[in-house]
Amino acid sequence: MEEVMQAPGVASRFLVIDISYFLTAVLFIMGLKRMSSPVTARSGILWAGAGMLVATLVSFLYPGMSNFELIIAAIVVGSLIAWWSGKKVAMTDMPQMIALYNGMGGGAAAAIAAVELYRAAFANAAGQPVQHSPLIMSLAVIGGIIGAISFSGSLIAWAKLQGVLNKTIRFGGQKFVNGLLFLGSLAVGVIVVLHHGADPLHVSLIFALALLFGIAMTLPIGGADMPVVISLYNALTGLAVAFEGFVMNNAAMIIAGTVVGSAGTLLTQLMAKAMNRSLANVLFSDFGSGGGAAATGPQGSMKPIEASDVGVMMAFASKVIVVPGYGMAVAQAQHKVWEMCQLLIDRGVTVKFAIHPVAGRMPGHMNVLLAEAGVPYDLIADLDEINAEFETADVALIIGANDVVNPVARTDKSSPIYGMPILNADKAKNVIVIKRGQGAGFSGIENALFFLDNTRMLYGDGQKAAAELVNAIKAVA
Amino acid sequence: MTGIVALYIFMLAAFTGYEIIAKVPVILHTPLMSGSNFVHGIVLVGAMVALGGATTPLEKTIGFVGVLLAAGNAVGGYVVTERMLEMFKSSGAKKKSGGGH
Repeated sequence: MEEVMQAPGVASRFLVIDISYFLTAVLFIMGLKRMSSPVTARSGILWAGAGMLVATLVSFLYPGMSNFELIIAAIVVGSLIAWWSGKKVAMTDMPQMIALYNGMGGGAAAAIAAVELYRAAFANAAGQPVQHSPLIMSLAVIGGIIGAISFSGSLIAWAKLQGVLNKTIRFGGQKFVNGLLFLGSLAVGVIVVLHHGADPLHVSLIFALALLFGIAMTLPIGGADMPVVISLYNALTGLAVAFEGFVMNNAAMIIAGTVVGSAGTLLTQLMAKAMNRSLANVLFSDFGSGGGAAATGPQGSMKPIEASDVGVMMAFASKVIVVPGYGMAVAQAQHKVWEMCQLLIDRGVTVKFAIHPVAGRMPGHMNVLLAEAGVPYDLIADLDEINAEFETADVALIIGANDVVNPVARTDKSSPIYGMPILNADKAKNVIVIKRGQGAGFSGIENALFFLDNTRMLYGDGQKAAAELVNAIKAVA
Repeated sequence: MTGIVALYIFMLAAFTGYEIIAKVPVILHTPLMSGSNFVHGIVLVGAMVALGGATTPLEKTIGFVGVLLAAGNAVGGYVVTERMLEMFKSSGAKKKSGGGH
C-alpha cells in the first residue's frame, strides 16, 4: 500500500471518502432515531438509505482498487434478487425475510474476514511476512466467527419460520457438543493469530466450526422463540461488521456496526422481557416447542354464540376492544375485521385494538399487519395503555389470540405461563372469542378465559366469522 | 485512525445505539429491527474494498460472494423496512390521503 499512498490525488480521494463516510454515519444515526417514533418513522428509512447510497458510491474511489467488473456484477445480482424477494414477500412472512437478509450481512462480514485471513495464511505458508498486526488478526477472527454464526443461524431461523424445516432437533449432551464447536472454533482462531496466519487449513477450520455452531445452536430453539433469536443474530451481525470495520480501517463500518450491535442487544432484551423470559431461557430451554404439561383443566363449559347476536351486541355497545392474535393474520381476516370496526365507528362506537407485546410473530409484527389492513396507528394500544380500559369496555372481541388473554397467567402459580403479562380481556362486560375449534394455544395450556360466565365462543374461520359480523352489523338498522 | 481513537468511536457508537432504542414503543420493534438490519448492510463497503484488493482466484471468489451477500442485505433490508413503514399512518393522515389501500 505504501506506493499507493504517495500517488498524486490519493490524499484528496481519502479526504472525500472520509467526509462521505462521516455523512453516512450521521444519516444512519438520524435515520434510526427517526425510525423510533411512528410519526417520523417513514422518513427515517429514507435518510438511512441516502447514507447507504453515498457510502457505496464513494467506495469506488478507494485508491488501489481493481476487479471493478466483479464488484459491479456482484452488486447488481445481489441487489436484484433482494429487491425482487423483498417486494414479493407477504407481511405475515416478514420475520423470516429479515432473518434471511440479516444472515446475508453476517455472511458478508465472514467473507471479509476470510479474504484477509486466507491472504495472511497463504503469505505465512509461503514464508512471506504478514501485513496485519496480531491485534487486527484477532479482530478479523472474532468478527469472522460471529459473522459465520449469524449466517448459518439465521438461515436455520428462516427455514424454521418458513416451514421448510419443521423438526426441532434435540439430543442428549447437545449443549456440550455446541460448547465444543464454539470453543473449537475459538481455539483454532487463537492458533491462527499466534502463528501469523498459520496455514489455509486452519483458517478453513475456524469457519467450518463456527458455521456448524450456528446451525447446532439454532436447531433446538422452538418456532415461538425464533423472533428473539433473529433479533440476537441481528445484533451479532452488527458486531461482526464493526470488528471487520476495524480490520478494513473503515469508520463507517465501525460506527454503523456498533450502533446496530448495541441497539440490537437492547431490542433483543426488550423482546425477551415482553415474553416474560430471560434471554438465557430462550436460548437454552425448550419452552417454545409446545407440548408443555397442561395444568388442571378449568371448570365450567364453553358457551357458543351466533354471529348475528354478536353483531347486535357490538352495534349497541359504547366501547369495543379488539384483541387480535397471529391466528387472525393467518386467516387473512385483518381486512374484514377493520371493515367491521369502521362500521362500528360510523355508528359512534369507540373501537380500540389491544396488542400484546408478543402478538404476531415478533413484537410489533401485529401492528405491521394491522397497518397493512389500513388501521390507523392511533387506534392501536399496547398492553400498558389498554389494560385499565377493559373494565369500561362493553365487548372484548378476541380473534386468533389465546395465551396472551389467559387469566391463569395472573392466578395459577403452577401454570407455565404464570407471570407473563396478559391483556385483561376477562374484565370486559362481555367477551367474544372467535376460534376455529376447541384446541389449546401454542403452549398447550387450556384457556380459562373461554370458560368464564361472561365469555361466548363464536366458532369458525377468522375471515368467515369477521365477514358474518360485518353483515350482522349492517343488518342492524 | 489510531487504535485508541477507534476504541473511542466504538464506545461512543455503542452508547448511541443504546440511547436510540431506549424509548422506542413496542409497535415499532419489528420495523426498527428491520431498519437496523438494513444499517449493517454497510458491510457492503468493506466487502467492496476486500474484493477490490483481491488478487488470487480464491480471494476473488470469496470477495465476490461477500459483495453479493452484502448487497442483498442492504437492498433487501431497505425494501422490507420501507414497505413496513409506509403503512404507518395516523387516522388524521389517512383521511387526508383519501382512505386505505
